[in-house]
Amino acid sequence: MGVIYLDHLAATPLHPRVKEAMIHHIETVFGNPSSDNQVGQPAEQALEQARVQVAALINAEPKEVVFNSGGTESVNHAIKGIGIGLREKGRHIITSNIEHKSVLNALRTLRLLDYRVTSLDVDKYGLVDPAQVEKAITPETILISIMLANNEIGTIEPIADIAKIASKHKVMMHTDAVAATGIIPVDVQELGVNLLSLAANQFYGPPGVGALFIRKGTPIWPLIDGGLQENKRRAGAENLIGIVGLGMAAEMARVEMPERLPRIKALKDRLAKSLIERIPEIKVNGHPTQCLPHLFSVSVEYIEGESLVLMLDEEGIIVATRSACASGSLRASHVLIGTGLGHALAQGTLVFTLGIDNTEADIDKVITVMPGIVQTLREMSPLYKKEHVG
Amino acid sequence: MAYSPIVLDHFKNPRNVGEIISADGVGEVGNPVCGDMMNVYIKVENDRLVDVKFKTFGCGAAIAVSSMITEMARGKTLAEAMKITNADVAEALGGLPPNKLHCSNLGADALHSAIKNYLDRKAGKVPDTELDKEPHHKHEREGCYCPYCSKQVEEESPLCIFCGKDIPHDHDH
Repeated sequence: MGVIYLDHLAATPLHPRVKEAMIHHIETVFGNPSSDNQVGQPAEQALEQARVQVAALINAEPKEVVFNSGGTESVNHAIKGIGIGLREKGRHIITSNIEHKSVLNALRTLRLLDYRVTSLDVDKYGLVDPAQVEKAITPETILISIMLANNEIGTIEPIADIAKIASKHKVMMHTDAVAATGIIPVDVQELGVNLLSLAANQFYGPPGVGALFIRKGTPIWPLIDGGLQENKRRAGAENLIGIVGLGMAAEMARVEMPERLPRIKALKDRLAKSLIERIPEIKVNGHPTQCLPHLFSVSVEYIEGESLVLMLDEEGIIVATRSACASGSLRASHVLIGTGLGHALAQGTLVFTLGIDNTEADIDKVITVMPGIVQTLREMSPLYKKEHVG
Repeated sequence: MAYSPIVLDHFKNPRNVGEIISADGVGEVGNPVCGDMMNVYIKVENDRLVDVKFKTFGCGAAIAVSSMITEMARGKTLAEAMKITNADVAEALGGLPPNKLHCSNLGADALHSAIKNYLDRKAGKVPDTELDKEPHHKHEREGCYCPYCSKQVEEESPLCIFCGKDIPHDHDH
């Protein structure tokens, strides 16, 4: 039985061209890009080619792309790097209640160093209100960090509007674009941000490699201290094999996006529509239109997400859940609670993320199998009884 | 999510699912906030459990635990059934992942609660259904506190910044 993979947010398979580029690199290059000799030079060329490829995907200058170990490092660098860089100016940072854990926990560290954090509420769709951001700005504010698209509910935030406000008040603006980059068009000129985080494993590149866009002139301190690599922004010998993979994945995303986008969105729309028709008492999360085209988050009443995921797994369908039980922390998702969902309903949340290899047949299987599984689990649930008998 | 083959078997083919309409005792533990809620229904004849059924809202482990406790309790005397512990259920299932031992391993609690409910009814006490619910998680105060020095720490902090000890987050709430 083939596996139907609908958890592309966790990991994406390598694009064949990415794999090819990485293998070619392994077989032909081993030098250190910093070495000024004939072994080091091909390595440097490979590094700079990847930089051009990533810059082209987000409409940046190649020099503004700093490679690192992925989304989490990018976010940590942006937040702590600005925190240290602008420590004399002020120690206030603005963010939202639905950011990724890397943002929450980077800010947790800064709070130990007496930085103040304002975390803004979102509406029921998960949207941040730019007017609330402006209200929160004080003379002490040095950074605003709001995600471009949420990784659990898919809502796309009004980053361009918020960046305009940041710029007006001379505050740095970072956006965590890990869930969005390579999926939807991301243009740092249109967004107007100073910093943007991205990761290869969201768009058919390898895990463990990403990049931070740092606009020219941004007062950021390094996160990793050491030598002169990455224009003194990120020390340490480069993960060149990964970086070559990221570069090719960026190129493939840019070239193939016009074809990928409408196809994946059509599949997702059919999945959403069919499940809503066939399963009573479910709630779709996220914004109805301002939403990632490949992500569908749905909360199923009366049942718990992990048991649903296990039963779908039995049928060869791989999806993610946001229940407390399935997470290490045994706590319901702060994102879903942030949008006003009750704890019980948040427990029954599935996140489908589609990818370039998914087919109509995959969606057919899910919409055929899932209603029966939901009913089986509901029959087992004491909450279902309470609502439906007496 | 490393479940033993026995857990997976009981999850996929749960035994004794459902309600006993005129049950002699009902036990209810957990709540949906922490992810698991378990109801156990018992039928008693001559101090012996002649039927045990369950309904559970919860993860794979919670459903397997419920199924296993019904099998373990069936046919036992009330005294024998009261001796079954949550640890016995986990052992019979071939073990549970560490982070499930606290939250999902409520089977014996639910069974004991059902037996207590039966004995209360028999003794003529009006069963207070609210009191019968075992408070699974006691929230005495909001926030996250170091279990060693009791100072308030950041949510999900890996260690206490006051005393330096590691904070176990598997069962802090």
